[in-house]
Amino acid sequence: MQNQHTTGSIAEKPVSIIYRWLGDRIFLTVVVALGLSIILLAGAMAWVLTGESGMALKEFGVIGFLTGTTWDPGVQFRFGALPFIAGTLITSVLALAIAFYPAVAVAIFIAEYAPRWLGYIIENLVHLIAAVPSVVIGIWGIFVFAPWMRDTFYFPLYEWAANHQPSLLPVLGSPIGYGMATAIIILALMIIPFTTALTRDAIRQVPKEQREAARALGATKWEMIRMAVIPYSRGGIMAGAILSFGRAIGETMAVAMLIGNNNNFPFSVMGPAATMPSVIVNEFREAVGNLHLSSLMAIGLVLFVISLIVNLIAAYVTRKLSITGGQSI
Amino acid sequence: MYDISDIKEKAGDQIDGTSGTSGSDKRTEGPATIRMETKDLTVKYGEVTGVRNISLPVYNQKATALIGPSGCGKSTFLRALNRMHDLTRNAVISGEVLLDGKNIYHPKVNPVVIRRKIGMVFQKPTPFPTMSIFDNVVAGLRLVGIRDKNLLNEVCERALRQAALWDEVKDRLSSAGGSISGGQQQRLSIARALAIDPEVILMDEPTSSLDPLSSSKIEELIHELKEKYAIVIVTHNMQQAARVSDYTAFFYLGELVEFGPTDQLFTNPVHQRTEEYLTGKFG
Repeated sequence: MQNQHTTGSIAEKPVSIIYRWLGDRIFLTVVVALGLSIILLAGAMAWVLTGESGMALKEFGVIGFLTGTTWDPGVQFRFGALPFIAGTLITSVLALAIAFYPAVAVAIFIAEYAPRWLGYIIENLVHLIAAVPSVVIGIWGIFVFAPWMRDTFYFPLYEWAANHQPSLLPVLGSPIGYGMATAIIILALMIIPFTTALTRDAIRQVPKEQREAARALGATKWEMIRMAVIPYSRGGIMAGAILSFGRAIGETMAVAMLIGNNNNFPFSVMGPAATMPSVIVNEFREAVGNLHLSSLMAIGLVLFVISLIVNLIAAYVTRKLSITGGQSI
Repeated sequence: MYDISDIKEKAGDQIDGTSGTSGSDKRTEGPATIRMETKDLTVKYGEVTGVRNISLPVYNQKATALIGPSGCGKSTFLRALNRMHDLTRNAVISGEVLLDGKNIYHPKVNPVVIRRKIGMVFQKPTPFPTMSIFDNVVAGLRLVGIRDKNLLNEVCERALRQAALWDEVKDRLSSAGGSISGGQQQRLSIARALAIDPEVILMDEPTSSLDPLSSSKIEELIHELKEKYAIVIVTHNMQQAARVSDYTAFFYLGELVEFGPTDQLFTNPVHQRTEEYLTGKFG
């Protein structure tokens, strides 16, 4: 009854409909413009990379550039990207292989086993570690990890080979602590927090009903995880692994500081190597001549395309394996 | 720690000390015997009391309906019957829940074993979506290490027939558990609970997410299942309680207001609260 009195005054609000319409339009315009600018940005990046790398790709041919194993900016002026593509893929695949299971285990511990306070602490530490700048990890690697690797891993191995299997020595390279193995382990350490966080998110998506259904059948906790939690979250876990792989591919500073920077094809994980990002960051400022610069740009283009493919695969896997999409009700 | 031999024993259909009243010879004539019983059962979530001092029998080969308005504690009570609250972080339980005269909350009792004797069906159908229909049904058997293909096939067919689903899915046992309709998924969930041959089946609003036709199929099923099992069903739907149950318990504000044979409780309730709820004065 009281309302009747107020409804009249609400209808006669002083702000005119024109202003409200205008506000609506302005907001729409801003949002649309910003949204479209993302497309523009991606397009511009692809355009510049393609344009700048044109010279190298024309000189060696796309296939020639991708399969060329010689990278010689000093004498022959020949540039082939295969050592770096191989270096990138080998380091990333092995880093993911090392990181995946421990990361999933940590995520399961946080989500399923840890008491709430402990899970909270570990989870935040994981986020903290993930946020440490790459270059800081690189410095730690140079001063702590690489010398440790040299003393406990490279050097004993080298010594053993020198005494027993001298034929292996060329494969092992020089025992300086810098090399692919060091970079792989550092890379694995760097993507563990990332994989853990994504896996933990996927596990948290599993509905309570699924867990309870497994427990109601008399499953123990581990059986419940195996029966209900992991199958349900497998799409998210796989997508997380692939995104971590994408991150490993693009990882630059720490790898550049530890991998040893050798531009030859990496025949051994013991020896020094280079990856696509590491060669770009190391040579860009000292590029001698346009062809060298263009070749580095072309490597950037390859990296761009590979990252794009990895992201598309991740999106596809999420869609393909996700449960909610296929389940009725 | 979980003792795997305990579970395996159950798989071999030998229940320790339950004096032979298990599995196949559950069918007894004559007056109803008590299968489960709660004594002064109280469930608290931290400081909040879910249900208070509930003493209630669950009769063998009968369906017992738990009714009451939302938040009255009927689901909380149900979940105490198979130790589902063990999975809730802050739930505290006092009092006793007896299964065949033994307290399931006794510290030496393994909840994993208890949950195999007391099956549960949930509000939403819960097939494991990545498993096939067959794998869903035998999931509980595989847990205890039964790998014998013939036995699994046999149990799968038996459970699906019991759940009145066999004819609809027998030609596609290998398709995904999530690929069938909601009502079929719920009967699949029931078949999965039946496959491990429990003694008691708890149902937490099993039809509330289903259409009327699927609901009536589940109700028919309950009628058949209570020939063999003790059934406890939580329902929001008073007509459903009247249709399927032999005994009804009315819960209100975490307390048991009234318990009795369904006919009696619905036609001639003792307490005023019960009458008011049944006639729709509140709830």
